[in-house]
Amino acid sequence: MILTALAALGRTVLAALAGAGRVGLFTGAVLSHMLRPPFYGRELLQALLQIGWLSLPVVGMTALFTGAALALQIYAGGARFSAESVVPSIVAIGMVRELGPVLGGLMVAARVASSIAAEIGTMKVTEQIDALVTLSTNPLKYLAVPRVLAATLSVPLLVAVGDVIGVMGGWLIGTERLGFNSATYIRNTWEYLELWDVGSGLVKGAAFGFLVALMGCYYGMNSGRGAQGVGRATKSAVVAASVAILASNYLLTEVFFSK
Amino acid sequence: MIEIESLTKSFGSKQVLRGVSLRIERGESLVVIGGSGTGKSVLLKCILGLVTPDAGLIRVNGAPVAQGREDFLSRFGMLFQGAALFDSLSVWQNVAFRLLRGPQKRPKAEARAVAIEKLARVGLGPEVADLFPAELSGGMQKRVGLARAIATEPSVIFFDEPTTGLDPIMSGVINDLINSVVREMGATAITITHDMSSVRAIADRVAMLHDGLIRWHGTIADMDTTSDPYVTQFIHGRAEGPIAAIR
Repeated sequence: MILTALAALGRTVLAALAGAGRVGLFTGAVLSHMLRPPFYGRELLQALLQIGWLSLPVVGMTALFTGAALALQIYAGGARFSAESVVPSIVAIGMVRELGPVLGGLMVAARVASSIAAEIGTMKVTEQIDALVTLSTNPLKYLAVPRVLAATLSVPLLVAVGDVIGVMGGWLIGTERLGFNSATYIRNTWEYLELWDVGSGLVKGAAFGFLVALMGCYYGMNSGRGAQGVGRATKSAVVAASVAILASNYLLTEVFFSK
Repeated sequence: MIEIESLTKSFGSKQVLRGVSLRIERGESLVVIGGSGTGKSVLLKCILGLVTPDAGLIRVNGAPVAQGREDFLSRFGMLFQGAALFDSLSVWQNVAFRLLRGPQKRPKAEARAVAIEKLARVGLGPEVADLFPAELSGGMQKRVGLARAIATEPSVIFFDEPTTGLDPIMSGVINDLINSVVREMGATAITITHDMSSVRAIADRVAMLHDGLIRWHGTIADMDTTSDPYVTQFIHGRAEGPIAAIR
């Protein structure tokens, strides 16, 4: 009984380690192809449009409502310590350091990791990836590199825009619902915000973008057969990207801010 | 010339190829027949490097293909069973895929002109050039796939189940097209199919793959006169015989 349980545990651990090894090898291959020609500029531009530009509405909406809710929460919590005046600075720091990159990353994961995995998975089951090989085109270089590069470049920009919109959400609620003076709110936001607060959030955004596209490409390339295989790949890509974002967020926060 | 020697491949405990040996002369059209699941596609994928064989050797013009795969693929075209057109690209961009990127890259206008010429070669007008694959019928998709396969006039072409899913008339059209482009270009062709009308239209020689081995090979005339029970059962489509109907 105990041996059976241990064997099952061992199999699970071995499978997890093998999976981690495969993702590691895939990551290494993508990174090495990023540095070697040929480079597919047109595919990179298309990926920038798909991943960056078309994610803007969903990231912007998320940031707006998060900033607004954060202002209400901090005001209600701060009132217990007569510290309502910290709303502008805490909203700004909370948005740019943490909520902007994490929620932006998660929204991009939901939108982009799923679509990349579904698209590449469908290409795999319909032999389009085999066709690329027969046309002397490396699928990793043609499909994965532009998407990973585009997400790594565009998610920090999305985070930056989301930061501004999130702070604006807090300002809107602060001035319209909580009675803050507009000029004071903006001044307090600027005074307590440091450059590294913004910079760390953008670095996180780049890391999250990389992880999102990497997971989408990995699960798409390793999709099983048929509609069920593509569906499973899509689900796995979103779950893996989301967990990777949250885990790497903790690690990056430790690196950037622990004393 | 393509030579395959003692090729073996297993997937887990299932041995798909058990020592396949074949020789295809330059300019020859070989058709590999066999039931579903007998390893025909695996054989093609081993030659292409999409599947790594467990043992055996594949040579192209005397040199192991594994050592010169990029060179081999640069002179190669393939028509896939489902056409495998790229959904995100228009028809002409699919046909001119090689001409728009990589070492054979040409100016866009020139690549488009070549694509339209190849589309005409397979009986499609310039009006389909800007359509997307999803807007085409199955037969048109196959023809676009064929145009893509011959776009750079390759010296080796593979056809994977070229008539599967097509009506008899469209199958005849595709068979005629394959026959004429292969003869015109003098290309070496390997076709895998279980459609006997394709076999008769396309083949110089026929090889039958069964149970992971080349069971029989010969010309069309030999095929019609052979007493091999596996071949006769297959070509006449009989349920009774040495090949189990349910595998």
